[in-house]
Amino acid sequence: MTDTTARTAAPPVAAAPAPAPRRARVRRGLTPWLFLLAPLALLITFTYVPVANMVAYSFTDWDGVSPELRYTGAHNYAELFTRPELFEVFFVSGYYLAASAVQIAAALYFATVLSFDVRFRNFFKGVLFFPYLINGVAIGFVFLYFFQDGGTLDSVLALFGHHSSHAWLGTPVSANTSLAGVSVWRYLGLNFVLFLGAIQSIPGELYEAAELDGANRWQQFRHIIVPGIKPVLTLTVILSVSGSLAAFEIPYIMTGGATGTETFVIQTVKLAFQFNKTGLASAAAVVLLLIVLAVTWAQRRLVPDDRVDLV
Amino acid sequence: MTRRIVARTLVYVSLAAASVVVLLPLGAVLLTSLKTPEEMADDGGALTLPGDLLNFANYATAFQDGRMLSAFGNTAFILFFAVGGTVLIGSMTAYAIDRFTFRFKKLVVTLFLVAALVPGVTTQVATFQIVNSFGLFDTRWAPIALYMGTDIVSIYIFLQFVRSIPVSLDEAARLDGANSFTIYRKIIFPLLKPAIATVVIVKGITVYNDFYIPFLYMPSDDLGVISTSLFRFRGPFGAHWETISAGAVLVILPTLVVFLFLQRFIYNGFMKGATR
Repeated sequence: MTDTTARTAAPPVAAAPAPAPRRARVRRGLTPWLFLLAPLALLITFTYVPVANMVAYSFTDWDGVSPELRYTGAHNYAELFTRPELFEVFFVSGYYLAASAVQIAAALYFATVLSFDVRFRNFFKGVLFFPYLINGVAIGFVFLYFFQDGGTLDSVLALFGHHSSHAWLGTPVSANTSLAGVSVWRYLGLNFVLFLGAIQSIPGELYEAAELDGANRWQQFRHIIVPGIKPVLTLTVILSVSGSLAAFEIPYIMTGGATGTETFVIQTVKLAFQFNKTGLASAAAVVLLLIVLAVTWAQRRLVPDDRVDLV
Repeated sequence: MTRRIVARTLVYVSLAAASVVVLLPLGAVLLTSLKTPEEMADDGGALTLPGDLLNFANYATAFQDGRMLSAFGNTAFILFFAVGGTVLIGSMTAYAIDRFTFRFKKLVVTLFLVAALVPGVTTQVATFQIVNSFGLFDTRWAPIALYMGTDIVSIYIFLQFVRSIPVSLDEAARLDGANSFTIYRKIIFPLLKPAIATVVIVKGITVYNDFYIPFLYMPSDDLGVISTSLFRFRGPFGAHWETISAGAVLVILPTLVVFLFLQRFIYNGFMKGATR
């Protein structure tokens, strides 16, 4: 408040009546932008410019290095959809989608069970959630060892008298199932904690009333818990779908995409950074982005959620 | 009544089974990390006990040859700036959006919202070129800039909290002659402490565990963070599972300690962070 204009020379009451002096007004209009300068600059530089560039690259044959790039029209997209091996990666997502279903069901079960009185509740909560906090590379190594010949899994099976040296990561079906299993192990805890929080926000009287009406646990679950946590449930479904499409870390660390475990993102990373096919990789990324946006949009349409707006 | 007992038993059985599934792979790696190479060669299986439960030789190897010290250093450096930056950026954005009315406010909000829908992994091909053109490639500033730049969740968390701070506090300060920056610095920011704790925890864990961004943007050997340094164990230690296991335990241990101490805050943080 260092304004020296005659009119505000008197006590500097900021919320002064209507026609404030021009300079003060300009400055007031400018203030929010000063706060937003850095955030907006970062947002635009690292989100919007890349998206725009990516769309532009996807119509070229750029290799990511040379100064030359030729406009090739929709050629990259045609290649993407006609070369079956480039499209096959989407079938791998199927394993992760199936795993997500298992994961959500299990998380829902454990969240329900643990929101009622159970002994060692906090211990079980911690055990179920902790994997989500572990470093992905460490998880990759833990499970590489787990699935190894004579590794943890084989040792456990041997305890039950089943001696085999099954190459768990040896065939596409078994490798993908194993990897999807790891992703359930890793992400179950997040869904579980989200469900648990939502269930605990349901008012306790509802259960009491239901109990008086003679509702059993299943009926309480079906008619109180499920409707009560619907927003979180749909959010989880949508995160799972886009997560399944974008699976990268675990398969990349554990198999590097070998034996038919290559996912869409692994393929894109390889195209862009190993084979220098930036144009083609961009087209692939645009396709993935469009699918994810479509899924999100569909979810918003199917389950209108009044809490999505920021302001 | 017996039905109830059966149901209760089944619940405990399922919880115990889940705990075994979670803990067994981790336990096996812990056991392996304490074994000598000879014991590994004996092939007694993953679940046999090591001869000496205090054999930390593998940890020493992993720590030195795996360059874990520099990895923890780089991770700490990136954590400090990325988390600090996220807190500043998030709180400033939230303050500007909640406390001011200005032209294009709707547009700005929409820009932040829509960005939340764009999954980071999809745009990396193009983001790479931008990071490269700033000369940030293969420096520790590349991940820092990327982590700070696109964290919509933290902005949202801050927004919730700014809203709960009464506007009358701002007005009182303004009457005392404080300008917007002073209000942000002296009133809003200190009152945001719970939100800051949440963001620091959620963001800190994300940054500590991230693999993709450091892997793409910092290929140099001496720029390894804990994820990428551990990943590099694959080559030199090949089939030396006792060393790899020790490395994995070294990486997991700090997370476990933080988790045990901050359990409650971590749960809350993730619930607030993810349900947006």
